[in-house]
Amino acid sequence: MTIISTLSLWFIPLLIGFILLYGTWKKVPTYESFVDGGKEGIKIAFSIIPFLVGMIVAISVFRASGALEFFLNFLRPFIEFFGVPAEVIPLAIIRPISGNAALGLTTDLISTYGPDSFIGRLASVMQGSTDTTLYVLTVYFGAVGIKKMGDALKIGLLADAVAIISSIIIVTFFFGSR
Amino acid sequence: MINYIWVFMTIIGIIFAIFNGTMEEVNQAIFQGAQEAVTLCIGLISVLVFWLGIMNIAQASGLLDRLSAFFRPFIRILFPEVPEHHPALGYILSNMMANMFGLGNAATPLGIKAMEELQKLNKKKDTASRSMITFLAINTASLTIIPTTVLAIRMNYQSTSPAEIVFPTLLASFFSAIAAIVIDRWFYYRRTRRKR
Repeated sequence: MTIISTLSLWFIPLLIGFILLYGTWKKVPTYESFVDGGKEGIKIAFSIIPFLVGMIVAISVFRASGALEFFLNFLRPFIEFFGVPAEVIPLAIIRPISGNAALGLTTDLISTYGPDSFIGRLASVMQGSTDTTLYVLTVYFGAVGIKKMGDALKIGLLADAVAIISSIIIVTFFFGSR
Repeated sequence: MINYIWVFMTIIGIIFAIFNGTMEEVNQAIFQGAQEAVTLCIGLISVLVFWLGIMNIAQASGLLDRLSAFFRPFIRILFPEVPEHHPALGYILSNMMANMFGLGNAATPLGIKAMEELQKLNKKKDTASRSMITFLAINTASLTIIPTTVLAIRMNYQSTSPAEIVFPTLLASFFSAIAAIVIDRWFYYRRTRRKR
């Protein structure tokens, strides 16, 4: 553990140092180059705003109205049938839609059941092995102004489903079922 | 498809509010959601400016090219439509690296940069290209070596072994990345077959 946390602590500063040294060695006007690149960041951040506002408002309305909870309850018996603990189902469903909500649920599951319980481990692996697909697609396609996403959403959601299912199998395999 | 999902979530939410008596919460959600989105974007400015600045140096010094040269055989199989010396490959690779080390903050600007380069190659500017779909398929699979956030939460709640989930997480995200690549290829061949 100490090796991993030291590694991730050192990684960013060392990477930055290396890039700066390499740039200087190759006679790149480092500071000017940095400023030029940085200017683009401002442009990008502003261009994403409408995409995110639209998406996050829809998700918030869906959640605040109680609709999300209703669908979760509706799906619950079906998923429990496959031996998946009901407690992690909301997390599995929310994970691709809302990153903040999923992080909240993961924290809640870990604090309620303990980090070293079956549910705690399962929530950890689920949270770590998937990404907020809807957010990723909104930000990346939004940044370049793509409106027709093609199959990207379907692929992302199917890959999430694979991640969730393999999380359950892997955690059961490594740590035994509860 | 995204249009339908977007309308579906909003309309179903409003209908639910009518029967559930949660109109007040929905009202609040509309404005809080909008505010949250803007706050998120403003928060992104700092990391975007910093990392795009640093990566611009890496690009100008030729570091990104060397990185993509090293992984070229692998990346060529995944993105057959991107020309061999195109800067998109360098950004795609650095985005993947940043994701693998759990550096979400650094990954987003690089991913956006990769998308911009792919957009230059795109023939239909409002429609996602094949390479973009492949790139995002891999991206959403979240191949992570160090899931920093989860580790932090586990440590916070006094886990006896916070890092025990690192390998299982890697394995699960590896499977989902493989699945994403396979599903992406499958959809691609289905699309092209239909055109013929």
